[in-house]
Amino acid sequence: MQAIRTQQLGRIYKLRDRKKGEARELVALADVDLEVPPGELLGLLGPNGAGKTTLIKILTTLLGPSSGRAWVAGHDVVQEPQQIRPLINMVSGGEYSGYGLLTVRENLWMFSQFYGIPSKLANQRIRDLLGVVGLSDRLNTKTSELSTGLRQKMNIVRGFMTEPRVLFLDEPTLGLDVGAARDVRAFIRDWMRQRPEATVLLTTHYMVEADELCDRVAIINGGRVLACDSPAVLKRQLQREAIFELEVGPLNGVTPDQLQAIPGVRRLVHRPAEGGAALEFMLEEESVLPAVMGRLADGGVALRHLQNREPTLEDVFVKLVGMRMEEVEGDAVD
Amino acid sequence: MLSTSPTRLGLFLQTVVARAYPRIIAQHRRERSWIFFEVLLPMLAVSAYVFVYRAIGAPESYVGFVVVGGAMIAFWANILWQMSSQLFWEKENGNLSLYVMAPTSLMAILLGMAVGGMSATLLRAIGIVLLGTLFFHVQFSLGSVWLLFLTFTLTMVALYGMGMMFSSLFLLLNREAWHLSNLAQEPVYLFSGFYFPVKSLDFWVALGASIIPLTLGLDALRQLVFAEGAAIGFLSVPLELAGLAVLSVVFVVGSRRMLAHMEKLAIREGRLTESRR
Repeated sequence: MQAIRTQQLGRIYKLRDRKKGEARELVALADVDLEVPPGELLGLLGPNGAGKTTLIKILTTLLGPSSGRAWVAGHDVVQEPQQIRPLINMVSGGEYSGYGLLTVRENLWMFSQFYGIPSKLANQRIRDLLGVVGLSDRLNTKTSELSTGLRQKMNIVRGFMTEPRVLFLDEPTLGLDVGAARDVRAFIRDWMRQRPEATVLLTTHYMVEADELCDRVAIINGGRVLACDSPAVLKRQLQREAIFELEVGPLNGVTPDQLQAIPGVRRLVHRPAEGGAALEFMLEEESVLPAVMGRLADGGVALRHLQNREPTLEDVFVKLVGMRMEEVEGDAVD
Repeated sequence: MLSTSPTRLGLFLQTVVARAYPRIIAQHRRERSWIFFEVLLPMLAVSAYVFVYRAIGAPESYVGFVVVGGAMIAFWANILWQMSSQLFWEKENGNLSLYVMAPTSLMAILLGMAVGGMSATLLRAIGIVLLGTLFFHVQFSLGSVWLLFLTFTLTMVALYGMGMMFSSLFLLLNREAWHLSNLAQEPVYLFSGFYFPVKSLDFWVALGASIIPLTLGLDALRQLVFAEGAAIGFLSVPLELAGLAVLSVVFVVGSRRMLAHMEKLAIREGRLTESRR
């Protein structure tokens, strides 16, 4: 039995323009088929608005699908939410759950009671988990006095203390500083190592997080899953491509469009830099490089640095979507 | 993967206690300002009415009526500002989705809010009665303690049942709920007779106002604790108790149905999770 399974899952939001009074539909999720076996940490990687959170809401029984079906731990999310709820939990990034007047211990205890955990056991788990995330000294601190990072660590404890069979982590490191994010990732990995049957579905738009944590990554955009495999296999899809990073002097009239038009150039990312530019080329194969160098030399563009690098998940995303994740998010805002 | 399997009743009770906790313990121990804002300030309005009644030579029992009415106002304020709009605020800060996702019942969460709010407000109401009695020398004439207890309990069940029902309704209304609370505050002070016997109103107006459990509850309490209470009571105490019993059933059953409807609708439309993330 799969820990999570979806079949042609879709969700459409009906929106109404208050000024014009016109109704329109927003496809948040379309025909998503996923299977996550027990013990796996699956990452959903995609830009804001890709449909990641919508998928999590459906799987956590908070939102009904518009089409298709989904099962968690073998139970249908629409027909059997009561069977699913004792087996799951969720932690979201930037979450402000609980009550500021309560201490860390009191807040966590309160949520533990909604899962029927006896107080003694709950308090023991709270102490243990707070110790693991380095919050033991904040046991009796009011929640309103915690920083964002500490508060998120408390949320992490809230999600894990019920020992869920399937855990949903929705951007769990959102807004955290580098150190706190690293601590959270390390904690998730350790927790999974100690519980081989536990399954985690993690959404993120941080490529490094997906690469570092996940057994498999599903790349999602526009409500559709575009690819789903281990980070290594996804990156191997780009093995034939060559990725070069160049630092050059002033472009002297050579435009990014001209460089992009060179046969064999799959993608060019151009970033203006002090006294020149940084160029990142994805080429069909290495043999295209001389043509690129020749075009730059013809324009009198000075080459300062050239480096060949390994493909990343971001490159995979760009190949699948045709844009970088930030560009997709920029378009989505419009 | 819960290591224990609580019974449904056990889980229900655990939830009620846990959700009541923030209001009973935390708010009273950690926000002491309630003594000023919720006991001393309401005493000003009570005092104003007492001075008016004494200035015009009204029967002394009216002073007691005002003190008891002033105490019961605390419950109505609690219903409006901490009960009815609570689910909406829980949604805003992200708690509601965690409540729905938990294996417990939302009814237990609502009941926990109600029990917490009721217990905390009871302290405030007692404070107002004690201060009023001390300052204005109110003379009580208590007959049956059990009848008084029954009346107060029925009033609270009906009132907080109504609050629980409003809670679901307000969640669907979103921010408009805030205006609704404002709208319901002063008119209810008037029509429920907080500062005067409700019998002074037209019979049909008083009967209409009896849809708010405090109208009948307050009138019955006044009849039970003041010697002159029965003479200016709206209906007889047994009749008012019967009315409160009916209201209790209607509001508690209504709140349960409304909550189930709200949950279904919110899941269908995605309204449970529109928090401020």
